[in-house]
Amino acid sequence: MNRVIPGLPLSLGITVLYLSLIVLLPLGALVWQALDVGWDRYLAIMSGARTMAAFRLTLSTAALATVFNCVYGLALAWVLVRYQFPGKRFLDALVDVPFALPTAVAGLALSALFAKNGWFGGPLAGLGIEVAYTPLGIAIAMAFTSIPFVVRTVQPVLEDLAADVEEAAATLGASDLRIFARIIFPAILPAFLTGASLGFARSLGEFGAIIFIAGNLPLKTEVVSLLTFIRIEEYDYPAAAAIAATLLGFAFVLLFLVNMLQLWQQRRIGTGD
Amino acid sequence: MRLSRRLILSATLAAALAPVAFGLPQARADEPNQILNASYDIARELFDAENKQFEPAYKAKTGKEIKVNQSHAGTSKQARSIVEGLEADVVTFNQVTDITFLVDKGFIAKDWQTRLPNASSPWYSFPAFLVREGNPKNVKNWDDLVRDDVKLVFPNPKTSGNARYTYLAAYAFALEKFNGDVAKADAFAKKLLSNVVVFDTGGRGATTSFVEREQGDVLITFEAEVIGVKDAYKDKNFQVVVPEVSLLAEFPVAVVDKVVDKRGSRQIATDYLTYLYSPEGQKIAAEFNNRVVDPKVAEEFKGKFAPVRLVKVEDVFGGWANAQKTHFASGGKLDELFVAQ
Repeated sequence: MNRVIPGLPLSLGITVLYLSLIVLLPLGALVWQALDVGWDRYLAIMSGARTMAAFRLTLSTAALATVFNCVYGLALAWVLVRYQFPGKRFLDALVDVPFALPTAVAGLALSALFAKNGWFGGPLAGLGIEVAYTPLGIAIAMAFTSIPFVVRTVQPVLEDLAADVEEAAATLGASDLRIFARIIFPAILPAFLTGASLGFARSLGEFGAIIFIAGNLPLKTEVVSLLTFIRIEEYDYPAAAAIAATLLGFAFVLLFLVNMLQLWQQRRIGTGD
Repeated sequence: MRLSRRLILSATLAAALAPVAFGLPQARADEPNQILNASYDIARELFDAENKQFEPAYKAKTGKEIKVNQSHAGTSKQARSIVEGLEADVVTFNQVTDITFLVDKGFIAKDWQTRLPNASSPWYSFPAFLVREGNPKNVKNWDDLVRDDVKLVFPNPKTSGNARYTYLAAYAFALEKFNGDVAKADAFAKKLLSNVVVFDTGGRGATTSFVEREQGDVLITFEAEVIGVKDAYKDKNFQVVVPEVSLLAEFPVAVVDKVVDKRGSRQIATDYLTYLYSPEGQKIAAEFNNRVVDPKVAEEFKGKFAPVRLVKVEDVFGGWANAQKTHFASGGKLDELFVAQ
């Protein structure tokens, strides 16, 4: 074992113990309970019309929220890094509000805003767009709670980006769009994808913010986290565990991808060791 | 077996001694001076008022200062919390099934319904309707709720005891209307469910959707809540509609045997629940729009409530255990009707 860093065995021991007790053990229990269900029952639970509909809805609305966050989050990070303006620090702090706010409060506020008699919902309803109690409302709630992921992962990379490369490209006659597409975007791409995947994973499991704005109609506006909650309310632990473990599987694959992306990023910007 | 026999014995003893003990100003030094009441979501204000009156009354009688703490959430969640270690001395729920769950887990003795009057239920209510100003859709009875032009708000029967009553009340009405034709009752329930615009997870959420978000034409919830909402939003001029027939909703209460035996709080817990049946306790419940079992108090509040004919879960569905199995269990009738939409 390499002992160059003092205290590695101790710190590694603490890290592994902590991760085991706080993360692995509960998740292990969940998977254990799901394994208890048995393959046939698991397939029956997962292929049920209601479960399928919930997964379809959750995945598609999370995708929609992520696409929105990619565009808007990138713009937000760009503005925060590249420009100086009054109130910038305030705006910067505001980005983290969705993390700090209890999600149920966020959900209540969003449903109040987007209901037909709300500030945004009223005018939108006039245009024939219904938001609250539709999948669109779910996507908005997801976008709200996961926007900080994109901003906060892209921001530091943008900040580190040396301006001289851009200037060089500009003096060589590259257009703004070309500079962005060939210089800036490739540099931030790993961070950008990381933020997007984290946001997507968060959207999959979001509960508090969604149930207030979703309408929660089975087959129509019922998300996976709510269905899990409902199965627990019915004291149907096996079904809840099966659904939750599947969702966990999705999240795990995503987080694995995120780790790969981060490795890629480190190699790209040359700080990897 | 031995344990449960001991439980029943001690429960009987406690019940027999309760009136004696309550009447005597004894110092009960070894008893805790706090108990916890685990209750349903929308009873927060009601028990707040009950406790404010019970605590001084108890002190006047026994000379002992005690405090009743409150915990409120959906009752299925409360029952789970107790199994997982929440030390609630008494439960005051809005549905028998969640107490049955605690009985199955060995927390409450099997004979709990015989230990207090009226099957251990000090007051009752039933699903009723709240409609918007002037009753624009002219909703009078359950069959108006399956019309195409009427949109409904009530919580999800899967997550709310309140909504389970609504669903069963509608189903009972349909069975009666179609002379017990189950297929027709199913179709009726299915149409009712498809008329729902938002499924909130609990009663208060449904009230918010109807009142604040202006969703739907009819809010269906316990009469107690319906009247409460109407009074709380006087400016909106909501109207209470009591259907001609509805389903009796009992609010069962029970001492949690396993907890009180451990904490030594059986006496206080029993006194507390007994107090809910006293004229003072009943009056508060009636002020919070519940229909009460004490005939005198009921008479006093008669003008407040519209006439209604109530049917019982036991008579129509063969008890809660049966209703749970047929309608609410996974893959039961409710799942069928939900998914078949």
